[in-house]
Amino acid sequence: MLRFLLRRLGQTVLVAFGVSLIVFSLVHLTPGDPVDALFAGENVTAEQKAEYRRLIGLDRPLTEQYLSFAVGAVQGDLGESIRRGVPVSSLILETLPATLELTLAALIIAVVIAVPVAIVSALRQGSLWDRGGSVTALFGISMPSFWLGIMLILIFSVNLRMFPAGGRLDVDVELERITGLVVIDALLQRNWTALGSALQHLALPAVTLGTAIAATLARVLRSGLLEVKNQDFVEALRARGLSFPRVVRHMLRNALPATITVMGVRIGVLLGGAIVVETVFSWPGIGRLIVEAVRNRDYPVVQGSVLVLAIVFVAVNLATDLLHGWLDPRVKHGRSVA
Amino acid sequence: MSVSVRALYRFFDRSWLAMAALAVLVLFIVVGLFAPLLAPYDPNVQDLANRLQPPLAPGHLLGTDVLGRDVLSRLIHGTRVSLVVGFAAVALSGVIGVAVGLISGYFGGWIDTVFMRIVDAWLAFPFLLMAIAVVAIIGGGLQNIVIALVVTSWVVYARLVRGETLSLREREFVLSARGLGASRLRLMVGHILPSIIAPILVVATLELGVVIVTEASLSFLGLGADASQPSWGNMLADGRAYVTQAWWLATLPGVAIFVVVLAVNVLGDGIRDALDPRQETARRTKELL
Repeated sequence: MLRFLLRRLGQTVLVAFGVSLIVFSLVHLTPGDPVDALFAGENVTAEQKAEYRRLIGLDRPLTEQYLSFAVGAVQGDLGESIRRGVPVSSLILETLPATLELTLAALIIAVVIAVPVAIVSALRQGSLWDRGGSVTALFGISMPSFWLGIMLILIFSVNLRMFPAGGRLDVDVELERITGLVVIDALLQRNWTALGSALQHLALPAVTLGTAIAATLARVLRSGLLEVKNQDFVEALRARGLSFPRVVRHMLRNALPATITVMGVRIGVLLGGAIVVETVFSWPGIGRLIVEAVRNRDYPVVQGSVLVLAIVFVAVNLATDLLHGWLDPRVKHGRSVA
Repeated sequence: MSVSVRALYRFFDRSWLAMAALAVLVLFIVVGLFAPLLAPYDPNVQDLANRLQPPLAPGHLLGTDVLGRDVLSRLIHGTRVSLVVGFAAVALSGVIGVAVGLISGYFGGWIDTVFMRIVDAWLAFPFLLMAIAVVAIIGGGLQNIVIALVVTSWVVYARLVRGETLSLREREFVLSARGLGASRLRLMVGHILPSIIAPILVVATLELGVVIVTEASLSFLGLGADASQPSWGNMLADGRAYVTQAWWLATLPGVAIFVVVLAVNVLGDGIRDALDPRQETARRTKELL
C-alpha cells in the first residue's frame, strides 16, 4: 500500500508541475501581449507599457519568470491583482469555500437522487422504471446547467417566490466567518436564522449543479451494477439466502470502485459547471472570481485561480484513486483490473 | 471495419430513436446551412416599436427581444454559429488528437512517455476552465473560440487512439504489412487508423455535444461570440436580464441547445451500443438460441 501511495503521490507532483507549466505558457507563450491587451483602447504610450512590463517582470527571460512564478506559488504567493491591488491568494481564500460548499451540496443531492435510481434501473433492467430513469438521465446530461439555473429562477424565484435567486445569505442576517462554509458556520454558532437563510440560498444552485452530476452518476453506477449483476458471487449470495438489501449492498460494494474512478475523472466537468452556475446565481465563488478576472483582463488573478482550481482537481483525482485502491485490493497490489 | 458498418446500418434500421435523433441533427444542419433563406427577418434589425412581443405575436412567431429583433430569426442564425463552431472544433481537435495518439502509441518509448505526461497534465484541467483561460489570453470571437475548444479537447482523442494503437501494432495484419515493407506512415494511416475509426466516431459524436454546450457557456459568460453575432449563448445571457418580463428570451435558446445536444447524445450512445462487440455477441447468441 505504501509503494502505491508513494507512486501516486510522485505522479501527482509531476502532474502539478505540468499544470503549472501549462498555466504559465497560456499566459506567456500565446500570441498577443498581455500588457497590450490590458491597455487596449486606453491612452497609454509605448514607454509606459515597457515600464509596466518591467514592473511586473515580463521583460525577464521566460525561464526566470517561470521559476519566480513557481517558487512563489509553492510558498502561497500568487502575485497581486492588477485591478484590485490585493494579493491573489487572499482573493482565492475568500472565494474557494463558497465553491466548496456549493460543490459538496450538489454532490449530496446527486448521490441521494442517483443511487436509488441506478439500483432500481439495474435490478429491473428493461422495465418501465429503467427506461424512464435512462431517459431522465439523458435529459439531465443534455441540459446546459446555466439554462436549467435560469429556468429554476424563473419558476421558483420569480413566479413562486419560494427561493432567493442569488447570493449566500439574506442581507439582514449576520454570521461570523469561521470555516467560510456558511451552513457549517451557522451550525457551529447555533444561529438557526442564518442556517435557514443559507439553506434557502443554497437550494437552487445546488440543485442546478446536482442535476448534471446526478445524471452522470446514475448512468455510470447503473452500468457498473449491470456488470456485477450477472457475476457468480451474486448468484451464490442469493443461493445462501441473504436478504435482498444485503445482496444489493454487496453489489454496490463491487460496482463502487469503477464508479468512483469515472466520477473522479468527471469532477473536471463538474468544476467547470460550478463556474457557470456561480455566475447564474451570483454565487461569490472562485468560478465567478475567474470570470470577472477574465473580463477585467486581470492576468495574475486568472493565472493564480486557474492554477489553484486545477490543483484542487488533481488532488480530487488522487483522492479517488486512493479510495479506489482501498475499496479494490487488486489495485494496490499492482494486479491488473479487468 | 465492415462489421462496424454493418452493425451501424442494422442499428439505424432498427432503432427509431436513433433515426429520430439523426433526423433532428440533419434538420438543424439544414437550418444552419440555409439560415439566411429561412430566417423571416434580418437577425440584427431592430424594431423598437415592437419590442418584447411575446411568442405568437403577429409577424413574430417566437416574439421579439428587448431591441425588437425577431427571436426566430436570431435562433435560426444562432444554429449556424453553434454548428459551425461545433463541427470545426471537433474536426480540428480530432485530427490533432488522432495524430498524437497514433504517433504516441505506435512509437512507444520516450515519445509515448512524454506525450502521455502532457496528456495527463492537460486532463488535469477542468474542460471549461481551460477554455476560459485560453479565451482570456487570446480574446473572444468565433475563431478564437474554436481555437480554445481545440486546445482543450484534442487530448480526449489522443488518449483513446494511443490505447487502441498500442494493442493493434502487435497484431498479425500490422506485422505482416510491416514485413511486406510498408512505411511507418502507411502502417499508421493505412492499416491501424481504419481499424479504430469506430470508437473515434463515437467519441467525436459525443464531443460535438460537449463542444456546443461549451461554446454556449462561453458566450453566456460574455467570453464568446461578439454581440453582433446572434449565438444561442449570447441570446440566453441577454434574456437572463429580462427573465421577469419576457420568459421566452432565456427559455427558447436553451430549448434549442438542449434539443441539439440531446440528439447528439442519443446518437452517440446508440452508435456506441451498436459497435460494442459485447452487445453484438449477446445479440448473436440470442439469435442462435
